[in-house]
Amino acid sequence: MIDLLLQPFSYDYMVKAILISALVGGVCAFLSAFLILKGWSLMGDALAHAIVPGVVLAYILALPYAVGAFFAGLLAAGSMAAVKHKTALREDTVIGLIFTTFFALGLLLVSINPTAVNIQAVILGNILAISQSDMVQVTIISVICFAVLALKWRDFMAVFFDESHARSIGLPVTALRIAFFTMLSAATVAALQTVGACLVIAMVVTPGATAYLLTDRFERLIIMACIWGAASSAIGAYASYYLDANPGGLIVCLQTAVFLITIIVAPKYGMARGWFVRRAVRGING
Amino acid sequence: MTGQDVIKITDLSVTYSNGHCALDGVNITLHTGTICGLVGVNGAGKSTLFKSIMGFVKPSQGSVKIHGDIAQKALKKNRVAYVPQTEEVDWNFPVLVKDVVMMGRYGHMGFMRIASKADHVAVENALERVGMRAYENRQIGELSGGQKKRVFVARALAQGGDIILLDEPFTGVDIKTEDSLIALFHDLANEGRLILVSTHNLGSVPHFCDEVILINKTVQAYGPVETTFTQENLAKTFGGMLRHHRLIGDDLHDDEDPRGLTVLTDDERPLVLYGEEGGEQIRKLNKKGRKRTT
Amino acid sequence: MDSLYTLLVEPLTYDFMQRALLVSLLIGVVCSVFSCFLVLKGWSLMGDAISHAILPGLAAAFVFGIPLLLGALIAALICAFLTGFLKDHSRVKEDAVMGIVFSGMFALGLVMLTKIETDVHLLHILFGNVLGISRTDLVQTAVIASICTIIMVIKRRDLMLFCFDPVHAGVIGLPVALLSFGLLVLLAMTIVAALKAAGIILVIAMLIAPGAIGFLSARSFDGMMMIAVMASVVSCIAGTIISFHIDAATAPLIVVIQAALFMIALAFGKRIKQHDDQAIATG
Repeated sequence: MIDLLLQPFSYDYMVKAILISALVGGVCAFLSAFLILKGWSLMGDALAHAIVPGVVLAYILALPYAVGAFFAGLLAAGSMAAVKHKTALREDTVIGLIFTTFFALGLLLVSINPTAVNIQAVILGNILAISQSDMVQVTIISVICFAVLALKWRDFMAVFFDESHARSIGLPVTALRIAFFTMLSAATVAALQTVGACLVIAMVVTPGATAYLLTDRFERLIIMACIWGAASSAIGAYASYYLDANPGGLIVCLQTAVFLITIIVAPKYGMARGWFVRRAVRGING
Repeated sequence: MTGQDVIKITDLSVTYSNGHCALDGVNITLHTGTICGLVGVNGAGKSTLFKSIMGFVKPSQGSVKIHGDIAQKALKKNRVAYVPQTEEVDWNFPVLVKDVVMMGRYGHMGFMRIASKADHVAVENALERVGMRAYENRQIGELSGGQKKRVFVARALAQGGDIILLDEPFTGVDIKTEDSLIALFHDLANEGRLILVSTHNLGSVPHFCDEVILINKTVQAYGPVETTFTQENLAKTFGGMLRHHRLIGDDLHDDEDPRGLTVLTDDERPLVLYGEEGGEQIRKLNKKGRKRTT
Repeated sequence: MDSLYTLLVEPLTYDFMQRALLVSLLIGVVCSVFSCFLVLKGWSLMGDAISHAILPGLAAAFVFGIPLLLGALIAALICAFLTGFLKDHSRVKEDAVMGIVFSGMFALGLVMLTKIETDVHLLHILFGNVLGISRTDLVQTAVIASICTIIMVIKRRDLMLFCFDPVHAGVIGLPVALLSFGLLVLLAMTIVAALKAAGIILVIAMLIAPGAIGFLSARSFDGMMMIAVMASVVSCIAGTIISFHIDAATAPLIVVIQAALFMIALAFGKRIKQHDDQAIATG
């Protein structure tokens, strides 16, 4: 029995996949604590799709894929800002328009140059067969992001909670904002390898939202989100060995299922509590 | 002095599904030919009362009758028109002024909403009436604050009902525009419509309303402005929410005159009461354009 | 003359190209008509969410042997109602709830498709395949697309009023809840119609870009819709024919051409900020 449970750890590729997934899951969860409170969930999704042409181009030109992703992300963010500035279109329209266009550009590049890239790996993730160089990139990105966030999370919180106050106490607001979105793009790039472009949004939203149902204190929210983000990613990757299914899909299924359970049973903000309270009130009144 | 009964609200209570009780035991009968102000703090049930008249919320008790019909049935007969707050409208929407006014006619049109000759005439008349005929081909975002309001009043006119509900009509318009809108509302009331205006702008209430409803979950006071819109009733309605300034004798002037000045304000134009302690009269700041139907 | 023939007519001598052109035109029209409502209602994220969320519906439809359209429709409605329900009953913001629900459903679909032997080809659902459209697919798409287009064109004034001022719509006695539900069902049907040709992600582009182009170019709703449809039709024809010549994927090319048209609208549109307002105010 124990042997069976430990079996995945005897394979090098499984150990790597579990560790990398946990690392990326933790970083994305850290960011999710901020994203859900600011209502920026769509941003994570948009960035994940918008960087696809950069990744494709980087593979075609044999550059590190993170470099291509970074420039594509930058270009997409710039285009969104420009279109938003020039038109009266709603923000969600602008974001939707730009990210799908970039994505289409990526697919077009692949269709013209089909041999260089495994597009399915970009869209759906490919953690079990990650190449050595990709793995190094993901590790470096994740460790740097995590370090910056762990050291500076109070500054980010101050900026996002009350920008004028942050400015008044002398925090470099603009620099911190840029730093945050750079890290979001970087984490998105990393998560592309584990769950793929379509499911990045879950990684940068779900763990934070789950923790948000359980606590009112931001510090605890971050800790819970990170632990759960890392744990769910590790478990998803581990389970893919037995279930023989796409690890990204399993990770996100697990996260969503736990979110749905939490939303019902959470002690203070769960739906079950509301039902019990109402029943108790009715009992007292009646 | 009052016209025919149009809206009859009997013992109306509304409780939302989350258990919040927004209205409790409201009894009012409103008449044609009047402008009626609906005054209360935010959350006092102003918008719930509007929604009840428009049939959007289900009463947990009591009823709203419009010309004897329940609200939903009255809507089908195009009895009620609603003029939204300026902030609620998407001014970037690609519609022209005449398109917006034509929307008032949809209830009269067939399945495909194809405008007949009569619909076009109604739209032209309504635009003429509010003085916006020259702007009919403007996109709505290209208008000034007062013009925007007029377009939606024109839509209510084109619709042809005799009840017009206005939600905070004076936010974001200057005093001059406000005066011209008030003159327009008086004309419309004189033609036999009921105009119900929700506002927290206390200062303009005696300025243009014939009747006033003071509301705080239930009706605190209802009747002609002169007798209803008193300091006592306002204090009862607003509780501690009202800012209250009283200026007496020396604060006000250098002679021996003992009379004082009381200024009550929610957050906008203050209501000015002037006279002996306990016997203050409402000072009407502007009486022009007042022709009461009798 | 000869070169023009090679350019335009030669591709259409092939059966599969005729079908591809026809199907892309059909979905181009239905998507562009819908895009006007989507852009004005602010439902772009909803389009994104629903197109992803139908994946488990397609897989389940195959398992239970029901029509794909029905499975997709049920999944779309589950996504929309679950989002609304969870938003109303928790403290999490709407955008986050929507993101969680659709990504969770997409992940579920992904796992289902890898575990179940189906003839639903994952890559085709993700990216679409205009050139691989069969005769049955064509008929199916044509039926769904035509029904949706006809309903939307006939009821465009009610739907437009619903987007513009739902309160007024209610006051004059229109069935607002039915319009909202109807728009949701039409969205799901449109996505299903476009799925085989454009795929889950690019259908969002086809559901946003034409409406955005029309929004920037027209001052009235009917004008917006006409421009949206024209832009979409032009992109679909150009995309299909050019993709034949340069041997590229058709749907991405259509989307890229639409983006180019959007940029033209951005440069010359009637309703670009500032310049336009002032020009009319003074003129």
